[in-house]
Amino acid sequence: MPTAIEVFKFLPKKNCGKCNYPTCLAFAMQIANSKAKLEDCPFISEEAKRQFAASSAPPIRLIKFGSGKGVVQMGDETELYRHEKKFFHPTAYSLAISDSLNENEVDARIDKASRMTVERVGQILKLDSITVKNDSCDAERFAKAAERVTSRHEGAIMLISKDADAMRAAAAKIASRVPLLHAADQSNFTAMAQVAKEFNCPLVVRDERGLNELADLVSKVRTTGVEDIALDFGASDAKTLLERASIVRKVSVKRLFRGLGYPIVVMAGRGEHAVLMCMTATMKYGSLVVFDELEDFQAMPLFVLRQNIYTDPQVPIQVKPGIYPVNNPSEKAPILFTTNFSLTYFTVLADIEKSRVPAWLLVVDSEGLSVMTAFAAGKLTPEGVGKAIETSGAKQRSTRGELIIPGMVTRMSGKLQETTGLKVIVGPKESSGLPKFLKSLP
Amino acid sequence: MVEVPVPKERWSGRIGTVTLGATREQGGSRSEALEVGGETGMPFLSYEGAMLNRPLIAGEVIDRWNDLQPQVLEEFGNAAKDPAALARKWVDEWGADLVCLKLHSANPEEENRSPEEEAATVKAVLGSVGAPLIVYGCGLEEKDAKVMEAVSNIASKEKLLLCHADEAAYKSISAAAMANDHAVLSFSNLDVNLAKQINILLTDFGVRKERIVTDPLMASLGMGLEYTYSVMERIRIAALMGDSMLQVPLLCDTSPAWKAKETGEEIPGHEELKERAVWWEATTGIAAVMAGADIVVMRSPSAARIVRNAIDEFMGGR
Repeated sequence: MPTAIEVFKFLPKKNCGKCNYPTCLAFAMQIANSKAKLEDCPFISEEAKRQFAASSAPPIRLIKFGSGKGVVQMGDETELYRHEKKFFHPTAYSLAISDSLNENEVDARIDKASRMTVERVGQILKLDSITVKNDSCDAERFAKAAERVTSRHEGAIMLISKDADAMRAAAAKIASRVPLLHAADQSNFTAMAQVAKEFNCPLVVRDERGLNELADLVSKVRTTGVEDIALDFGASDAKTLLERASIVRKVSVKRLFRGLGYPIVVMAGRGEHAVLMCMTATMKYGSLVVFDELEDFQAMPLFVLRQNIYTDPQVPIQVKPGIYPVNNPSEKAPILFTTNFSLTYFTVLADIEKSRVPAWLLVVDSEGLSVMTAFAAGKLTPEGVGKAIETSGAKQRSTRGELIIPGMVTRMSGKLQETTGLKVIVGPKESSGLPKFLKSLP
Repeated sequence: MVEVPVPKERWSGRIGTVTLGATREQGGSRSEALEVGGETGMPFLSYEGAMLNRPLIAGEVIDRWNDLQPQVLEEFGNAAKDPAALARKWVDEWGADLVCLKLHSANPEEENRSPEEEAATVKAVLGSVGAPLIVYGCGLEEKDAKVMEAVSNIASKEKLLLCHADEAAYKSISAAAMANDHAVLSFSNLDVNLAKQINILLTDFGVRKERIVTDPLMASLGMGLEYTYSVMERIRIAALMGDSMLQVPLLCDTSPAWKAKETGEEIPGHEELKERAVWWEATTGIAAVMAGADIVVMRSPSAARIVRNAIDEFMGGR
């Protein structure tokens, strides 16, 4: 979005008040904050509106494909590094299915893709999409495969073919699911762009020779009227992928070069190398990764890497409050409490495990703050801890009648003893002191 | 033809280099000395600045084998209980650039081996490999002060990397390092300012910047990796922008990956725990080099192989 001063240039500077703001500058400031629209001014020419729209377009266009529950959103990113603000749209993962497989084999792969899912810190991690590949070079077979996959999977669908006629046949069958079409290259872009326009689907533009050639091809595709575009560098190694993706992101968000302001699609292939390509794309600016093969044991770390990288740095990941057993505790094991900030929880958990002393770990809701911060902010109170003990059923799990508290919050001992009726024992200030502390417990 | 601008950043700073190991000519006994650091741009962006030195892999050798996971012990085979033999396997068979020896058995609550015994272990490992050595104590300050002094003296010409110095305890280890020109690992807890603070303390104490490597605390995949990743990127950016106290190579220890529940427990519906565990550590290691790590300490040889292949590819070949 342009600044108030940039918006001001488009305004008539009459201060007539017809926009309901006293001056043109006040109006400009409202527009810059997305609280008013340029159209509210009756004096804006069509030409100015067009220019304004171009200058306020996001540096990387938001592209969506899929429908209903299975919509993938790509692009609309504004940062080079996640700590600057956050990354918005997590890299989507897609598993390819060849149209040369028979129906049973197709179904088996859909099943495999559907099983690759896991719940972690309250989020469901899974594959987002299935890609249908026109290996058969047969348009009818491709269309049938696309239809079968679409009827059995609710994720977003991508179609891969070099042949515009095959693409048309398949897109026609599943147009309501808004598939992503891959790809327009130098030889077929006019016909492919036609198909994309006909069915209103986003189109991947591919050129492996280099970014100048790709930008050239993108501008040609745009002159046909297709605006919803994604990029494929055709990179076959992680270095090329990393460098091209870094250049595209940087020229788009920092230099406002618009020729490549589109999301990046990566054809990762199969095996160990595909996982490396996917990690690279996940950390550095890829929006969609397509696998020919992916094993469950590789998908799990990729899912979690994506979850980590796309976490909003300002909103910590939270662990579900409750009582957790560590080292197979019995009812004689002590209760320790900590907060639900994931990093705090994981650190404390690891240190209790290290001690090999059985214990019950009570996670208290502190709105994702660490012990010290939560205590200072009043989010970790004796009342809150008392409530957590009641709702989690901690006293039924451990009948020892003791509660170990973080050394940082010694000050709540008295009040806590009163509220909970448990004997409060002050633990170490740092989690790293837990193994020694726990081993010394009688 | 459209001309896409190449957005080369003009960084004013550069990362310093640290030499580890000394050859016979240099008074030590290593087959080669290794240089780490020296970056003039963000990781692996060859259009922005040269990566003078490729990130290195250090194979972890713990002198207390019962601290390790069964799956790792299986990979180690009959070398698991012999640090010198295990170090040789790391270098000869598994392609480690360095050996990272952790002297856990010095722990007074466990074996409580004496500083002299631990120094002898270091001597044995130095005798079995030509690669430079990183040496950790047992993590208890009082004991480590004595262990590191003994280690420093027994390998006086070898230019080890001694680990680690933190804000609460840095003087004894720094003194042990300075006595024989070993390098020191400065350690801080996931924070750019703390990383800078410990380096200021070390340099004020007399450690030269060319002898400091920094560990920002590697949180593993799924256990806070994103914090480390962003702290490292911020450290590296600040250094390239000219903050001299952060212009030091970075070391990441990926072994905490083995504390994640995904590496140790079956998850219903997801078999292949061993393969997943290897990828868990490998992913942690690859994220570390992407964020700027110069040395990655690896526990599993299989995971180390994956990370080494990744580094090769990012560097454009070996």
